[in-house]
Amino acid sequence: MSILEVTDLTVTFPGGVQAVRGVSYGVERGEVLGIVGESGSGKSVTSLAIMGLLPRGAQVSGSVKLHGRELLGMDEDEIVKVRGKSISMIFQDPLSAFTPVYTIGDQIAEAVRVHQKMAKDKAAKRAVELLDLVGIPNPNLRAKAFPHEFSGGMRQRAMIAMAIANDPDLLICDEPTTALDVTIQAQVLEVLKTAQQETGAGIVMITHDLGVIAGMADRVLVMYAGRPVEQGPVDDIYYRPRMPYTMGLLASIPRIDGEEGSLVPIEGNPPSPSALPPGCPFAPRCPMKVDMCDDEEPPLTPFGSGRHVACIRSHEIEHKGLTGADVFPVPVIPPSDVVRVPRAERATVLRLDDMIRHYPLMKGAVFKRRVGTVYAVDGISFDIAEGETLALVGESGCGKTTTLQQIMQLAPPQGGRVVVLGKDSAKLDKAARKALRRDLQIVFQDPMAALDPRMPVGDIIAEPLRAHGRKDVRARVSELLELVGLSPEHAERYPQQFSGGQRQRIGIARALALEPKLLVLDEPVSALDVSIQAGVINLLEELKNTLGLSYLFVAHDLAVVRHLADRVAVMYLGRIAEIGTVENVYDHPAHPYTQALLSAIPLPDPEMERTRKRILLEGDLPSPADPPSGCRFRTRCPKFARLSEAERQRCVDEEPSVARLGNAVDHGAACHYAEEIEVITASDDQEEK
Amino acid sequence: MGKYLLRRLAINVILVAVAASLAYMLAATTMNPRGAYEGRQPPVPEAVIDATLDAYNLNDKTPVLQRYATWASGVITGDFGKTWNGGSVNDEMGRRVWVSLRLLLIGTIVGFVVGVALGAWSAVRQYKISDRVIGVSAFVLMAIPVFVLATLLAIGTYNLNRGLGFTLIEYTGEYNPKLAGWDQLMNRLNHLILPTISLSIGVSGAAFYSRIQRNMMLDVLGQDFVRTAMAKGLRRRTALIKHALRTALIPSATYFAFALGTMFTGAIFTEKIYAWHGMGAWLVDAINANDVNSVAAVTFFAAVCVLAAGFLSDLLVAALDPRVRVS
Amino acid sequence: MRSKVVLRRLFRNPQARYGIIAFVLLVALAYIGPYFGSYEWTEKDFMAFLSPPDADHWWGTTSIGQDMYAITLRGMQKSIVIGVLVALIATGLAAVVGAFAGYFGGWLDRVLMWGVDLLLVLPSFLILAIVSPRLRDGSWIWFVVLLAAFTWMITSRVVRSMTISLREREYVQAAVYMGIPRWKIIFRHIVPNLSSLLIIDATLNVSGAVVGEAALSFFGFGIQPPDVSLGTLIAEGSRNATGYPWLFAFPAGMLVLLVLSVNLIGDGLRDALDPGSNS
Ligand SMILES: Nc1ncnc2c1ncn2[C@@H]1O[C@H](COP(=O)(O)OP(=O)(O)OP(=O)(O)O)[C@@H](O)[C@H]1O
Ligand code: SF4
Ligand code: SF4
Ligand SMILES: [Mg+2]
Repeated sequence: MSILEVTDLTVTFPGGVQAVRGVSYGVERGEVLGIVGESGSGKSVTSLAIMGLLPRGAQVSGSVKLHGRELLGMDEDEIVKVRGKSISMIFQDPLSAFTPVYTIGDQIAEAVRVHQKMAKDKAAKRAVELLDLVGIPNPNLRAKAFPHEFSGGMRQRAMIAMAIANDPDLLICDEPTTALDVTIQAQVLEVLKTAQQETGAGIVMITHDLGVIAGMADRVLVMYAGRPVEQGPVDDIYYRPRMPYTMGLLASIPRIDGEEGSLVPIEGNPPSPSALPPGCPFAPRCPMKVDMCDDEEPPLTPFGSGRHVACIRSHEIEHKGLTGADVFPVPVIPPSDVVRVPRAERATVLRLDDMIRHYPLMKGAVFKRRVGTVYAVDGISFDIAEGETLALVGESGCGKTTTLQQIMQLAPPQGGRVVVLGKDSAKLDKAARKALRRDLQIVFQDPMAALDPRMPVGDIIAEPLRAHGRKDVRARVSELLELVGLSPEHAERYPQQFSGGQRQRIGIARALALEPKLLVLDEPVSALDVSIQAGVINLLEELKNTLGLSYLFVAHDLAVVRHLADRVAVMYLGRIAEIGTVENVYDHPAHPYTQALLSAIPLPDPEMERTRKRILLEGDLPSPADPPSGCRFRTRCPKFARLSEAERQRCVDEEPSVARLGNAVDHGAACHYAEEIEVITASDDQEEK
Repeated sequence: MGKYLLRRLAINVILVAVAASLAYMLAATTMNPRGAYEGRQPPVPEAVIDATLDAYNLNDKTPVLQRYATWASGVITGDFGKTWNGGSVNDEMGRRVWVSLRLLLIGTIVGFVVGVALGAWSAVRQYKISDRVIGVSAFVLMAIPVFVLATLLAIGTYNLNRGLGFTLIEYTGEYNPKLAGWDQLMNRLNHLILPTISLSIGVSGAAFYSRIQRNMMLDVLGQDFVRTAMAKGLRRRTALIKHALRTALIPSATYFAFALGTMFTGAIFTEKIYAWHGMGAWLVDAINANDVNSVAAVTFFAAVCVLAAGFLSDLLVAALDPRVRVS
Repeated sequence: MRSKVVLRRLFRNPQARYGIIAFVLLVALAYIGPYFGSYEWTEKDFMAFLSPPDADHWWGTTSIGQDMYAITLRGMQKSIVIGVLVALIATGLAAVVGAFAGYFGGWLDRVLMWGVDLLLVLPSFLILAIVSPRLRDGSWIWFVVLLAAFTWMITSRVVRSMTISLREREYVQAAVYMGIPRWKIIFRHIVPNLSSLLIIDATLNVSGAVVGEAALSFFGFGIQPPDVSLGTLIAEGSRNATGYPWLFAFPAGMLVLLVLSVNLIGDGLRDALDPGSNS
């Protein structure tokens, strides 16, 4: 019998917002059910409804049965015995999920004591055991730490420890790794698997990352506009999707083992839950839509063994064996002219020589004082040739954004040199700096924060034009809006009236207004949903080729990088670990960090995920205020651990600098013992080299 | 930490010194203590007036900077000079400081505790009748200036006492000097009732804190950690008190300093209206009596109060919030 | 477009609706009311000293025979004008000082904030009390300026700290990277984005100034005779409040209503301008 049985669950918020409209699923013991869907599709609301934790105004109907016992409508005395005992929940943002004023240990002990009669000191001991179980080093000491003293990955582990404190039968994980870096994500997923083995619990795994689900889930539920649209065993969903939305979703994600070719974007946006279309909610975006789709919402009907699909044309899809690339129009992106010239003969648009940026480290909000130095960027060098895209990748805190800011400021760096279009930033006067700004523009990460909410879009795009004294402002604004795929009438609207993807297009239009030569892109797609992301990536690619731009592209998503970039530089703690062409770095990574990074990225491919061999890194990123001596990566380096004592000494004493690898033209790594191996497709079956 | 405290102390000393000096300069240049002697019958000879004023360091014929120097050197040794009629400012201050501090401390604490409790309760019972009643009362109370409130309370008590035929609640003065021992203490407490209410209930007290606390609580209520606490299996009420209230107290503590400042202004009215001889009443009297040195002394006291409250609220925040503590 | 949304939300908020209605009525009473009364505020009726409210003297008379209705409305006019002017000046000053201090940081920030600290420590009451009675000929405008000078500090600190966070906002950085001068960024991107705070604050400053004026006048340090304000009237009335309650009740009631209505508007504005707030 299944542990949890959800039937026809609906949630309506005041004002008629139907956030969840008829969700049904069951979870068996030891089973992992993955729920995927875009932002706002009702994933979180569903799980909160199960826990009975929705805000008071929400109306819930349907049925939620735990071991056959109805949870909806249970009074507080009863439900508190279920929460945290039979069902536990892990939230997305582990910082805000802990009360900031109590220690981690106390909060875990509290969870223990709520459900088990236990003395205080015993509960505290149990908390330490639990922390140990989820792999927190020095659990005795760390239990006395406050949440803000933990790193994101550690907090999420502690959260898992708290969730399994009472041996729950069911764990609901709401985007447990979305806020984490890939290497930490790999660790946390590993801990989750351990926790599941330990408790034998069923898991409901909510995420928007199709890669994570591929590796974890047994069955998958795809949600769209508050309803499940497809449900079934993980292999069926990934290899034989039978609903156009799922097909599009799978075709729109870039992959790190990816083939060349443009991504398949799903046009349009998910419908607002207060204004749903009459028939199939996906109809406005669906390329297979026929008139009948508008008549009524297709119900979730059984389809083959153990799967359900909500699409009237699913049998036709099955019959013809259609895939996302067949159904959705694949955009054609014109090739670039510049790349025909060999790289060595092209002009250099940006060159960094040993650039340094250190910050004072302040501590305390009330009692503020300087306690050290953050070595945010500690000597990095690279160059970008005309018409080229260089991607800067690395985990959060490794100095990517600092590097960008230093370049954008066009001010003399604390150390080293920044040369933009042949002009040294240290030797610029005010007028020259302003003139240079025409050629150097930036697109920001968060499309909402990057646009002044109080200005109409036309003014936003016109601002750089006016600042540089252009005359034909109006015409140029229309032209730019069309260039990025919006219409000139949009100039009068405000940023709030656009969706995330459209806003990012506005940001790009503004950056292109002055016809720059070099565009700096700071995580331009990371705030967007996958189906929207593909459209923006295609746009960037097209613009680059038609306008002959060069990009400096910062991202943490290595799959996007593989798709968009020509060359890639991997950063670790303010230094470059590896640099080279995308093919070289991805297919033959030589630095142990790059290898770990690439192997940590989950692939949206269940079969490969099941057999993939992971290189797991130990621990967290060391503080950039106190980097290890010698090689900065040595505290976490899996290779270091395998070296002999004498070989290790070199890693401890001598900081490696980027050295060209023997056989490749454009490939260097900062490791004394660099050795190219293949990791993306490495599997357990393969013999260890 | 020690270095930090020292630096902070130094800044505060400078601020107090500048504030008191400015007040002295302003008072010394604009006030006219001579007036009190000139109008007398029979007329006092000018030389005598000059001699008296010189003795008190109040003579407007002496250049103001010189008077300031005399005053400042006195203050450094702890002597605040003489009042307009030759009394010792120090003695006067010694008497009055305790009167005011008693009022201010009790008023602040009562206001803070009652306000926070009501605000938190109000937030927990959002949109229920009790929440609305508390909200509306707080709004009305915040719209009543202290001097109106104090007068209203005095009128009310006067009518109440008259109706009862005996004095249930005192509405004027600090204590009855005729009583002694236990009775005297009770009598002092009785005299404290009205001033404390009028100070702690309104704009600078309970009404103000209850609004703040309610908003803070509601902000916190929507946060993940309260949800986590409930997901653990805590009851809503326990989660609210143990997790939400505890966290929402932090911002309220920062308002503490600000409110103590307004409280001092409030105390001026309360003291005047209830005929207490505190620092606030002294300020008004001193301004009316052209009493330069007393004005400077009160300013000094007020500045010390505000800065001490600021410091206290920082300490309080540090005690409540592990995130701002230095490890 | 946005202002329309805000207005709609403002009117949907019952608090704000009552506040606005009350405030409009009070202003109308203060400015139109005198035309309906049968006495001028300067007139003295020697037939009626301290007479309680009746058909002739609606709100009673004072000890020298002034009509309470006329004189209270006159006081209200003063209070409203002073309140609005002080709020405008103080909020404007707070916005400029706070935004510059927050945006530029460094020594400018330190100097400005030190000044703010000093002004906060100085007992504003004392300075106003000493200076304003000596401005007799300078009229009440100087009083307004003085009052404003002691009202803006707390807001400017809030503006400063919000500016510091706005400064890091990407759209502000975008403007910097476009090569737009910094003072222009402050007025184009920072101040407009603080406008909700500033509007709310201006509203609350109105009530603060009304009370401040009344408080000073209460001790005789504000508006000087023969001019009247609500404060002077309340002071007068409170002396005899037990025997002749109308002397106290009408000016005090008007003052409380005025402050209440303005506070209600301020609170409603906060809701309307900030969708996230719960107050
Ligand atoms: N308290 C609430 N009041 C009104 N509407 C709400 C509330 N909470 C959520 N919603 C709405 O319900 C819908 C579903 O939200 P939900 O949080 O479940 O999405 P999600 O799938 O978890 O998205 P994400 O991937 O961004 O976490 C959204 O349109 C959201 O705006
Ligand atoms: S029902 Fe129609 S519109 Fe909906 S997904 Fe199927 S084909 Fe597309
Ligand atoms: S230098 Fe040593 S520690 Fe550093 S990455 Fe290479 S093997 Fe690892
Ligand atoms: Mg969610």
